[in-house]
Amino acid sequence: MYPVRRREQLAPRVVELVVQAPRIAAKRKPGQFVIARLADGAERIPLTIADADSSAGTITLVIQSVGKSTADLCDIDVGDAIRDVAGPLGRPTDLLAAGHAACVGGGVGTAVVLPIARALSARGVTVTSIVGARTTSQLLLVDQLRELGEVQVCTDDGSEGHRGVVSDQLAVLCDSTQVDAVYAVGPVAMMRACADVTRPLRIPTTVSLNSIMVDGTGMCGGCRVRVDGQTRYACVDGPEFDGHQVDYDLLADRLTTYRTFEQEALDRRGACTPAGTTP
Amino acid sequence: MTTPPDATGSNRTVSNKERMAVSRQRMPTRPADERAHTFDEVNTGLGHDEALIEAMRCLQCTRAWCVDACPVHVDIPAMLDRLADDDLVGAARSLLSDNALPCVTGRVCPQEIQCEGACPRGRRGEAVAIGHLERYLADWAADHPDLVEPATGVVPNGGSVAVVGSGPGGLTAAGELARTGHAVTVFEAFHVAGGVLSYGIPPFRLPRDVTAREVARLERLGVVVETNAVVGRTYDLDELRRDFDAVFLAVGAGLPVFLEIPGEDLKGVYSANEYLTRVNLMGAFGPDAETPVARGSRVAVVGGGNVAMDAVRTARRLGADDAVIVYRRTREELPARVEEVRHAEEEGVRFDFLVSPLEVLSDDDGWVRGLRCQRMVLGDPDESGRRRPVPVPNSQFECACDVVVEAVGTRANPLLTHSAPGIDLDGRGFIEVDDDGRTSLPGVFAGGDIVRGSATVILAMGDGKRSAAAIDAYLKGPQTWR
Ligand SMILES: Cc1cc2nc3c(=O)[nH]c(=O)nc-3n(C[C@H](O)[C@H](O)[C@H](O)COP(=O)(O)OP(=O)(O)OC[C@H]3O[C@@H](n4cnc5c(N)ncnc54)[C@H](O)[C@@H]3O)c2cc1C
Ligand SMILES: Cc1cc2nc3c(=O)[nH]c(=O)nc-3n(C[C@H](O)[C@H](O)[C@H](O)COP(=O)(O)OP(=O)(O)OC[C@H]3O[C@@H](n4cnc5c(N)ncnc54)[C@H](O)[C@@H]3O)c2cc1C
Ligand code: SF4
Ligand code: SF4
Ligand code: FES
Repeated sequence: MYPVRRREQLAPRVVELVVQAPRIAAKRKPGQFVIARLADGAERIPLTIADADSSAGTITLVIQSVGKSTADLCDIDVGDAIRDVAGPLGRPTDLLAAGHAACVGGGVGTAVVLPIARALSARGVTVTSIVGARTTSQLLLVDQLRELGEVQVCTDDGSEGHRGVVSDQLAVLCDSTQVDAVYAVGPVAMMRACADVTRPLRIPTTVSLNSIMVDGTGMCGGCRVRVDGQTRYACVDGPEFDGHQVDYDLLADRLTTYRTFEQEALDRRGACTPAGTTP
Repeated sequence: MTTPPDATGSNRTVSNKERMAVSRQRMPTRPADERAHTFDEVNTGLGHDEALIEAMRCLQCTRAWCVDACPVHVDIPAMLDRLADDDLVGAARSLLSDNALPCVTGRVCPQEIQCEGACPRGRRGEAVAIGHLERYLADWAADHPDLVEPATGVVPNGGSVAVVGSGPGGLTAAGELARTGHAVTVFEAFHVAGGVLSYGIPPFRLPRDVTAREVARLERLGVVVETNAVVGRTYDLDELRRDFDAVFLAVGAGLPVFLEIPGEDLKGVYSANEYLTRVNLMGAFGPDAETPVARGSRVAVVGGGNVAMDAVRTARRLGADDAVIVYRRTREELPARVEEVRHAEEEGVRFDFLVSPLEVLSDDDGWVRGLRCQRMVLGDPDESGRRRPVPVPNSQFECACDVVVEAVGTRANPLLTHSAPGIDLDGRGFIEVDDDGRTSLPGVFAGGDIVRGSATVILAMGDGKRSAAAIDAYLKGPQTWR
């Protein structure tokens, strides 16, 4: 059992949970994730370790409610426990040694970028963050990223910062200054657009692939992605890969595998209350 | 109908002629049309009278071939002698002293090529149903732990052992070591213990409570099972070596093999590991299941082993109208247990022999719509002595299906071994050991599928038992290493 120590609603449909998991807190490195199973019968789902406190023995998860399993997790109360949390899984981020890094986060991807930005900053790399969301209320973790360096905000509706998408802002940044590495995490389309920006400029670009997982140990092959023409397992070979080599079409398509099932699961859960919106 | 021998120690007085006159008792099964839709166990188990009659069929050979042919040398005639005399406690104790998980092996051992394959009664008629009797006794024993398990507490001897992996190899080693007084912790990556017994073999062959019961029995012996512990990530082998006096690695062969043909990334293509894990471990068969699986009305399973049979029978139970085994050799070469093949056929599974897939075909939405295959013939024998399938020219055809499951083998998962530099591996990544399961690292032993490649439950258990004895000797004796 992994008790929830703190719960905070970061945005509509996005919840931050601080979870007691000392073994994982002691071991985890930026870029790694856990597989969580809320209760008996629940699905195993991958979630990035957004932060950890090894002395308190806790890890922080930032969860966006997009379906049944994430909605259930978002609804958990302080004092309740997650049945199973396994990790830390995946390879740690390959961190730039020195220079200037752009950390680009789209939606809940910002939670994946935050620990990377923190680790880069800790080793003296200059960090510029570009954070995007549909609208102001959905922006995540901007204050935390500001502690590390400049933050550029983009919203689709222009309600805060630049109106437009993070990849356009990334292009402007790369044009105006020397950028030595880019870390981009968010929806598939966003990661693809960022990679398209940096490819002609030959800026090394790391993306984190959110393929569908089961075990997270390389046992099932369900998380397979294609990178540079090779089959790779996101859970053990990744989740981070060279953004210039990823087959994004395949990733996007495989993510639709269970679309009908997912909708039915949500409907069964009760369509009247929008998932995970409880304050 | 023969009456069972009376319960007065009279089995010895039965003549061989009388024994030979009795024919093999049938394992009762659920009707095929009923069971093709549920995950309830197919074999419902012999009753008490049938078990005693079947036990009497044993000729009590002085040179017991069956014992030699059992990888852990269960003393079968001794067990059956007591069973025939209705001495269930004695029979069960005899069995349990040789075999740590008889509820499992009685159900899943390939008896026809092991114990029963060697039984002389099989040469004229049918072998003694050793597997069914083992299951009968083991289930009885599990229902009567107070009668069978000695009440003597275990005296801790101060040693501590880490077991990595909770499949049959790890569980057996843990039990043996706990019984000799070592403090044992089992580390398991998944959220439940059991290895393939939990995530691979379906409940219609091995009900989940059978495995859970065995794990509970180990816990009563003091074994600590730590789930969600991925060694190589949550812990390193070096940490375990520091924190424990010895380590036993039984992590299985958990890395799926794909055919590496075009179209394998389409939606609806699964490794058997993924397919079976979704259904068996995560319960995707239930009406309110939270873990999804693509059901498909036409499911093609590539392969011919136990894993393939489990996958195809699972597909039938998930509602496939057409569930077909695509195998590149013939019926004679099928590596699966005979009973599995028979049950699959009874349940309406189709077999397409001498067929090899070339490509998975896509519909407009990126889902599987079929397999492009070619016909094969058997050519000359290969190194393994089996005749090698060779393609028939111009024999390509399409097999329509909406789900493809590949059950074409597994390899060594490098997650643990990569985190343990210094451990000797063979060319394929399996751990190298000596006869006692010693690896190249002092105090580290290994067994089961991570040593043998994909093998069997009983071989993994045999390794666990042997290594437990070697670990015990290592911890008690002067600590030398090969
Ligand atoms: C390595 C990794 C790290 C992740 N980290 C986080 C994190 O820190 N916070 C977080 O909120 N989410 C994270 N995700 C995504 C998260 O695992 C999924 O959102 C979750 O599995 C969806 O489950 P569900 O039952 O709620 O939704 P479902 O009903 O399964 O799906 C609802 C919708 O989400 C999409 N979806 C399904 N699975 C995924 C997936 N794995 N990734 C993205 N979309 C998916 C579906 O296509 C569908 O449109 C991560 C995924 C991976 C692989
Ligand atoms: C579908 C299927 C059907 C089969 N049918 C039969 C049959 O009928 N009869 C028969 O005799 N054999 C059968 N087998 C083969 C048999 O199950 C295996 O040979 C046997 O289970 C091997 O046992 P093991 O202890 O080596 O490992 P496994 O049973 O594979 O267990 C290994 C365990 O280690 C865990 N693990 C792996 N890596 C780590 C890590 N890094 N840290 C912590 N834990 C880890 C895994 O999660 C797993 O639980 C079948 C196999 C499959 C897949
Ligand atoms: S363990 Fe397997 S091979 Fe040995 S007697 Fe039992 S069923 Fe037969
Ligand atoms: S070989 Fe057959 S008849 Fe002989 S002891 Fe074994 S089970 Fe009995
Ligand atoms: S999640 Fe199963 S192999 Fe990656």
